[in-house]
Amino acid sequence: MSVPFLLEIGTEEIPDWMIPGALEQLRTKFTDLMAKLNLAADDVRVDATPRRLVLRASGLPPRQQDAEELLMGPPKAAPAAAVAGFARKLGVAPEELVIETTAKGEYYSFRRKVAGQATSDLLAAALPDLILSIHFPKTMYWAGKNGPRFIRPIRWLVALLGDSVVPFEIAGVASGAVTRGHRRLGQQQVAVTIAGYEQTLRDNYVLLSAGERRRKIEDEIRPLGARPDAALLETLVFITEYPAAISGQFDPAFLSLPEEVLTTVMRFHQKYFSVDGGGQLAARFVAVMNTSADPDGLVRQGNERVLRARFNDARFFWDTDQKRPLRERVADLAHVTFQAKLGSYLEKTERVVNLVTELGGGDAARRAALLAKCDLTTELVKEFTELQGVVGGLYARAQGEPEEVALAIYDHYKPLSMEDSLPRTRDGQLVSLADKLDTLRGCFGIGLVPTGSRDPFALRRAAQGVVRILAEGGWETPLRPLLLGDTALEEFFLDRIRYYFREVRGFRYDEVNAVLAAGWDNLPDALRRIEALAAVRPTPNFEPLAASFKRIQNILRQAEFAGPAEVRTGALEPGPETELHAEFERVRQQAASLPYLQALEAIASLRPKVDLFFDKVLVNAPDPDVRRNRLALLSAIRTEFSTIADFSEIATNQ
Amino acid sequence: MDTFQELIFKLKHYWAERGCIIQEPYDLELGAGTMAPETFLRVLGPRPYRVAYVQPSRRPADGRYGDNPNRLYKHQQLQVILKPTPEDVIDQYLASLEAIGIDLSKHDIKFEEDNWESPTLGAWGVGWQVMLDGLEITQFTYFQQCGGLDLDLVPAELTYGLERLAAFLQGVDSIYDIVWAPGVRYGEVRFQDELQYSVYNFEMAGIESLWKLFEIHEAEAARLLAQFPDAADKARFPLLPTYDHVLKCSHLFNTLDSRGAISVTERVGVIARVRKLAVGLAQAWAEQQNQEAAA
Repeated sequence: MSVPFLLEIGTEEIPDWMIPGALEQLRTKFTDLMAKLNLAADDVRVDATPRRLVLRASGLPPRQQDAEELLMGPPKAAPAAAVAGFARKLGVAPEELVIETTAKGEYYSFRRKVAGQATSDLLAAALPDLILSIHFPKTMYWAGKNGPRFIRPIRWLVALLGDSVVPFEIAGVASGAVTRGHRRLGQQQVAVTIAGYEQTLRDNYVLLSAGERRRKIEDEIRPLGARPDAALLETLVFITEYPAAISGQFDPAFLSLPEEVLTTVMRFHQKYFSVDGGGQLAARFVAVMNTSADPDGLVRQGNERVLRARFNDARFFWDTDQKRPLRERVADLAHVTFQAKLGSYLEKTERVVNLVTELGGGDAARRAALLAKCDLTTELVKEFTELQGVVGGLYARAQGEPEEVALAIYDHYKPLSMEDSLPRTRDGQLVSLADKLDTLRGCFGIGLVPTGSRDPFALRRAAQGVVRILAEGGWETPLRPLLLGDTALEEFFLDRIRYYFREVRGFRYDEVNAVLAAGWDNLPDALRRIEALAAVRPTPNFEPLAASFKRIQNILRQAEFAGPAEVRTGALEPGPETELHAEFERVRQQAASLPYLQALEAIASLRPKVDLFFDKVLVNAPDPDVRRNRLALLSAIRTEFSTIADFSEIATNQ
Repeated sequence: MDTFQELIFKLKHYWAERGCIIQEPYDLELGAGTMAPETFLRVLGPRPYRVAYVQPSRRPADGRYGDNPNRLYKHQQLQVILKPTPEDVIDQYLASLEAIGIDLSKHDIKFEEDNWESPTLGAWGVGWQVMLDGLEITQFTYFQQCGGLDLDLVPAELTYGLERLAAFLQGVDSIYDIVWAPGVRYGEVRFQDELQYSVYNFEMAGIESLWKLFEIHEAEAARLLAQFPDAADKARFPLLPTYDHVLKCSHLFNTLDSRGAISVTERVGVIARVRKLAVGLAQAWAEQQNQEAAA
């Protein structure tokens, strides 16, 4: 006979973005606990609303199985006193001991029956710690200084094994069989059974399944014309227990404000979906309530009034900001801190302009760099910080700056993520590169280096942006000189480049290592090299040749060969050695003029001669001159053909 | 429809019935109700406390010369401190909305994560902004630390934005159109303050004089704080007056900042100076309270 299990952790509203992670932990911790206790559990599923984390499972046994424990005592030959002592320690009579034969001989031993414990007892003992061990990014205490920590106060607990409560307590809250409905639409105390749990919640206006809430929102917002927004949808799924969509309007006169401003206000400040009206923004919005309906239209009116105030603010800021164009605001940047030790944004701007020049930027790029940070002094950006850059671009256009300057300013924070696009123009890419490089150089220069998950200046994102712009934008600009010899920064970049090649472009780790070992200064070039390497990798000659390169490297290392050294052709032995040398010379000349892929194919064609050489020729010849010459030949091969990739980094089966 | 003052009466009455002392606003310039001694100091120490008060909150940089319908140099907060937090605090809060005439069955309420931190006060907490039909009407914070000290009893702090609530309840788009008392609009009562303080803060505040005042208050607070560790009778040591000087510093800093008088390099340093005083004061206060509780 097996029983189902239900755990509901009732809390005050948990931040939406933390819920999926917490559920995953709850599932894993529970599954691990079951394994540790030798208990079966089937169909473990987790669900959540903002006010409850729920785990359900079926097929739990009412008790652990009885087990037998073997306790080893003294050897058979031991004196009677020792045997008696062993029995006494176990609390049994000496005649209850048995002789156990092991590989080491015969021993007194005792087989103790271990009765399985009741599942309910085991759960009751383990659940408080399990619950409190769920990790959240920021926890609180609520029941006094030494009380437990959780993401928000735990206000009720449901724990049922079959029909019985699994009794435990956290911070004065005892587990039971009573849940709570929706704050306003449901009953505040509702008795539940496992079988009726989800339906009882539904009757009390709580849709337990995130999937169901998501579908309900999607089904309701679609006919209202909402523009799809997956991230916003996910947020709304986890800040509602019973979502319902409504649609509202705003004065079309606000459409004279830029769409970016309107959608930001709706999306980030009000959590509204924008509505599409024939390819353009319509003067409507879609909001998702945490309640069933809006019969009197009060919720709609309230939201419309809030949005009107927000848009009025935005228009007020826009108009105020136009009184001082960006070009008059450059000096104001002296009052905006970039970083305490790195000075103001004015100083940063001067550095970025110089760097843009150094990178070959023209008048438009320099102008954009000069004005790029001026929007930080505007009211609109102070209010809507996520619009930095975008606002600068819009203002530049409105204030008659050349279009390429406006575009470069608009885009210069891009790419903001791996998925985000690059700045659209060369000027925009230049300004973005210079801005990010300046931040990285400055922060590393004063020791602000990201550690673990701490990266307050988003330096990883900045470096990743530099890597993507260089690689995907085809900038052959040498990267290393731009890092000013800061070895920590070089390492940091190397990490980001590896990450990019592996995780984003999907190359194998050994290919990445091989290519980067041959140089990472020019990223488009490195990209071409790794593409060629990945293409030549499956050809039959390649991996054996890579194995030979590893052998060459080992031989050179063992011989402590300093190289490079001239190969004296006269000292080459006829046969495989001379043939290898001739082949080497041929391939070298051929490869030098070929694109990477063909060059690699040519190098791979060396393989038969290399194999033959290792088969027939003893590198460590007794004659030191001969040996040195052979080492010189191997060293020359290695050096010459390691400029595309260091083949010895390639993992092979040989 | 309730007037602005009626709304305040009802909220005070509601919380008085739930055991809160009704205090009057603190009589110094404050940036927020949290800075009043009734919150900043009372949350420290082992003694339970419940208090509610309106606190006019001055934020010089937020002034808009009375031009902006949604923004004020000085707005009013109704601040409630429940120490320790009752188990049904959210239910009590929601019932307070019903008490001021919001029929929750016809509105949409959401609790959205919003944590609070004041580096200047060495204080932080976690909580929510409470959204009513998309309008943020209350900040709800569980205090965790104050003056860098873990709190013995975790208090809940409820901060109602009174102008926003009133505008919502009265259905007006501009704060200045709120009916304050029968026949009297908000603008008639407050417009002159908004205009004149904006002019002063942004244009006319005497930078040198304000710096001098800042230094005088800072020195006085520091002088007193330095004497506390060796004070013979700590129970009668004047920490409350000392805190007044810290509050003066904080407000003078905000005014100088809005005047554009604090350079980049100075800014961080000045904040650190105020923080040092505030944290030192909080720690001294906690010591004083614990001694008193032990006695």
